[in-house]
Parts: sequence; C-alpha cells; structure tokens
Amino acid sequence: MALPIMAVLVFFLVLPIAMIVVVSFWQATEFSIIPAFDFENYQFLFGSNVTYRVFLNTFKYALITWAFTLGIGFTVAYFLAFHVRSLTWQVVLFLLCTIPFWTSNIIRMISWIPFLGRNGIANSTLISWGVIDAPLDWLLFSDFAVILAFVHLYTLFMVVPIFNTMMRIDKSLIEAARDAGATGAQILWNVIIPLTKPGMMIGTIFVVTLVMGDFITVRFMSGSQSANVGRLISNDIALLAYPSASATAVVLLLTVLIVIGILLRFVDIRKEL
Amino acid sequence: MEPRPKSFYVLGAFFALFLLFLYGPTITIAILSFQGPGGGLTFPMRGTSLHWFRDLFEQQAVGDIWGSFRRSFVLGLMVMVTTVVLSVMGGLAFRKRFRGAGVLFYLIITALVIPSILISLGVGLIFSQSGLNVHWSTSGFGAQLTWTLPFGLLIMFAVFNRFDKSYEEAARDLGATSWQTLRHVVLPIIGPSLIGVALFGFTLSYDEFARTLLTAGSYNTLPLEIFGMTTNVTTPVLYALGTLTTVFSLLMIGLFLCLALWSARRKARAGTDAGKGML
Repeated sequence: MALPIMAVLVFFLVLPIAMIVVVSFWQATEFSIIPAFDFENYQFLFGSNVTYRVFLNTFKYALITWAFTLGIGFTVAYFLAFHVRSLTWQVVLFLLCTIPFWTSNIIRMISWIPFLGRNGIANSTLISWGVIDAPLDWLLFSDFAVILAFVHLYTLFMVVPIFNTMMRIDKSLIEAARDAGATGAQILWNVIIPLTKPGMMIGTIFVVTLVMGDFITVRFMSGSQSANVGRLISNDIALLAYPSASATAVVLLLTVLIVIGILLRFVDIRKEL
Repeated sequence: MEPRPKSFYVLGAFFALFLLFLYGPTITIAILSFQGPGGGLTFPMRGTSLHWFRDLFEQQAVGDIWGSFRRSFVLGLMVMVTTVVLSVMGGLAFRKRFRGAGVLFYLIITALVIPSILISLGVGLIFSQSGLNVHWSTSGFGAQLTWTLPFGLLIMFAVFNRFDKSYEEAARDLGATSWQTLRHVVLPIIGPSLIGVALFGFTLSYDEFARTLLTAGSYNTLPLEIFGMTTNVTTPVLYALGTLTTVFSLLMIGLFLCLALWSARRKARAGTDAGKGML
C-alpha cells in the first residue's frame, strides 16, 4: 500500500538529491556541464566571503522571522483556544486564519506594494499625521519588507500547530492550577506554555525551513538588494552554472537538516498529530 | 457564564489586528484593480473602471494568461487526485508495521523541510541529463507531489490516530471481507477528512511556484506567469489578475469547505440509527 508513495518520493525526492550531490562535483563551461569529480565548486564556495555573509544573512532572516511568528502565532492561538468559548466560533476564526495559506504566496507578496511603496498607504498616512516629512525609502525593497512578508506568509504555520496542541490540553489542569491559587500569568507560564511546547516546535520547524529555503520572497521584497542562500542558488541557475548551484544546494540542505535534526530531538511529530 | 476577563478584549483586539494584517493587503489590491485607465500601482484611485480586467482578456496585452490558468487548473486536479489516493493508501499502510516504514516517515519529513528550489533543481537536472523534456504534466507534476503528499499523509496520520478500530472489528465479525470493510466502513468514516486532503492537494499545487520553476518546461503555470509579470508589468493589470486568481482560490476553498461540511452532516445522519430502533 505504501509502495506508490515510496516510488514518487524515491523518484522525485531521493534521486534529485542524489543528482544534486553528483552534479556538485561536476565542472561547468559557459555552455554545458561536464561530468567530473573535483572539489572546485566547494573550494570556491568556502573560499568566498560572500558565502559566509549570505549564510549569516539567511540565519538572520530565519531568527527574526521565527521570533515574530512565534510571538504572534502563540498569542493568536492562545486567544482562539482559551478565550473563544463556542466551538463554532473557534472553527470559524481558525479557518479565517488558515484560508490565506491556500491562496497564492506571490500575490500576497505583490499586495504589499500599495502599502509600502514610496507613495503607498503607509507613507502617505505617516506624512498626513506629521510623523515624517518625506516618504520613507526603506519600507519597500528592504530587509524590513522581507521580514514583514515572511511574517505575513508564515505566521499561520505557527498558529495551526500551536492551536492544535492547545486544544488538546485537558481543561481540568487549568482549573486545578486556578484552585491551587495560581494567577493567570502563572497558569500561562507554568501550565500552558510547557504543554504547548510540541506545537511550538513543529511551528518552528516549518517556519525555519521555509525561511531558510526561500529565494523568491527575498528577491521580490528586497528588490534584489539582499541575498540569502536560496537566491545564491537561483542566481547560479539563471547563469546555467548548475554545478556551483548544486554545491551551494548541498551545503544548504545539510544546514537545514542539521537544524531540523536538533529541533526534532525536542518533539515526536507522530505523537503530536 | 462567568464574565469575560479584561485580557479577552486585549487579545481580541490583537486577533482583529492580525486578521487585518492577513487580509488587508489582499483587499487593497482588490480595490486597486478597479483603478481607472489612468491609475497607477498605488492610491489615489483615478476613477473606477473595469479597464484592467478587460485588459486581461486581450491576449496580446499580457502573455498567455488563460493558457497558463488552464494548465494550472488541470495540474491542480491531477495533483489533487493523486494526493488523495496515495495518501489514503499510505495512511492505511502506516496502521501496521511494515518494512521501510521508518525510512518512509523520514522521507516524508525530508520532503516537507527540503528547500523547494532543491527539488526544482534536482528534478530539472535529472530530466535534462537523461534527455527527457521537462513538462508541467510530468516533471512539474512529480515535483509538486513532493510538497502535497507530506501534507496529505500527515493529515491521514492524524485521522487514523483518532480512528476507532472497533468499527472494523464489528464489520469483520459480521462477515465483511477486507475490501467491504474498507469500502463500506473505513472510507465513509474518513470521507470528510479526504476532502481536506483534496483541498491541500489542489490549492498547494495551484499556487506552487518554486517547485515548478525549473520543472514546468516551456509552458508556464499561472504562478510562473504571474511572477514573470511582476518584472515587466507595472500597471494595475497585475492586481486585476491577482484579484481574479485569489477570487478563484477562495471559490475553490469555499467549495471544499462546503463539501466537507455537507459530508460531515451526511456522516452524522447516516452513521447512526439511534432513536430509530423499535422498542
């Protein structure tokens, strides 16, 4: 029964990864790529300062986005799970949070233009309030815009798993805490947050991997001014430099897998479904 | 009922702001897509018109939008059906131990966390090096499955974790074959969740960009077409297209949700004969 799914994954996941690893040792000329076995691509990659800067930038995006999505996602899920009292409303509001996930990311990125542009809503509002005199240039096509878009796109990856674990918390535990004299903040800190950790971990895995593997958000929202590893790869691809793109891809994949490996030590995904 | 604590209103306001943050930008471009013919990409509105929507229907104005929409739609359906069928089979398989279960589980997780561009690059390389043509319905199709199948399978895990095995035992005790048990007991019970899997399969495929980037070949899917437009189209026609495809997505989501609701009701009605017994 599991054979078809296995076949698809072997052909479209395992083989491609193997192919990337193989090609990362190949050589490239301007027009073609040649099978070979040398470490030139890796030497170039690790010998270049750009690589380290770009990897650092990628981690920066991942960390900042993670902090924001976790904060917002937790608060939203907490409201839904513990403050909305009827199940119908919980379902309706939860669906409202998840619907954007099923619409196009690219269009959701584009839709920030009228907000953040030089003559956009944010700038004209701030000017009319007298907060600023001249339009701010760093709203669109900047790191700020990149992070904003990441948070916009990926917060629901936090909301869903956190809400899921919160809904499975036995309400009598909270009552017990209250009977024992705990304040609201104490309940939150000593009961709810520890019990919600698996959900936060799953959300973290999603957000971190999505941000680290992204190239399109960074390209679009930074106006090609910032770079992360994904963009490094996609630039190489655009130049048909597949071997060097593959070498970068291998390093990126290893980095992501190491991060996930660490995170998975804290949570058993199958138990949490 | 006890009165709502003060924190309810604070958190409620936060939640409302979050919804505004989620939907505000999309609503803005929906409004701006009705710009007058002289309008630009930002406010103010220079009149209102359907000018930019009309532009979309003129082939020359902006690439092959309708062709790409058709391809995305067909591909979405292909991915949807495959995802549902394979996820159910995988979900059923995972209820018992089998050889390779651990490996398959880790492959699923890998498929979920691997940067999309790696799938794109790897599948593209395999096809080009083995002399095959990349095409949205072959390489693109497979590449998208690596994104939809993990979601489908994870949903099935969640479903079967909550599945009461005594229904099957009852069916078997009544002499049902394993196929009859599956067909008349298991599938009707998990039916509503399958609509959820289908929703994931279709919408994730319909909107997928990175995994189709190098695997779609010379015929673009809609997200690729839209992305191409962002670099060279600077008129609200971009918003008009964005609005149309978002409306289409919302219609599909609405359709799936209604179907799920309907089938859950039907299940509740057909699943019990309580109260109809002859006393």
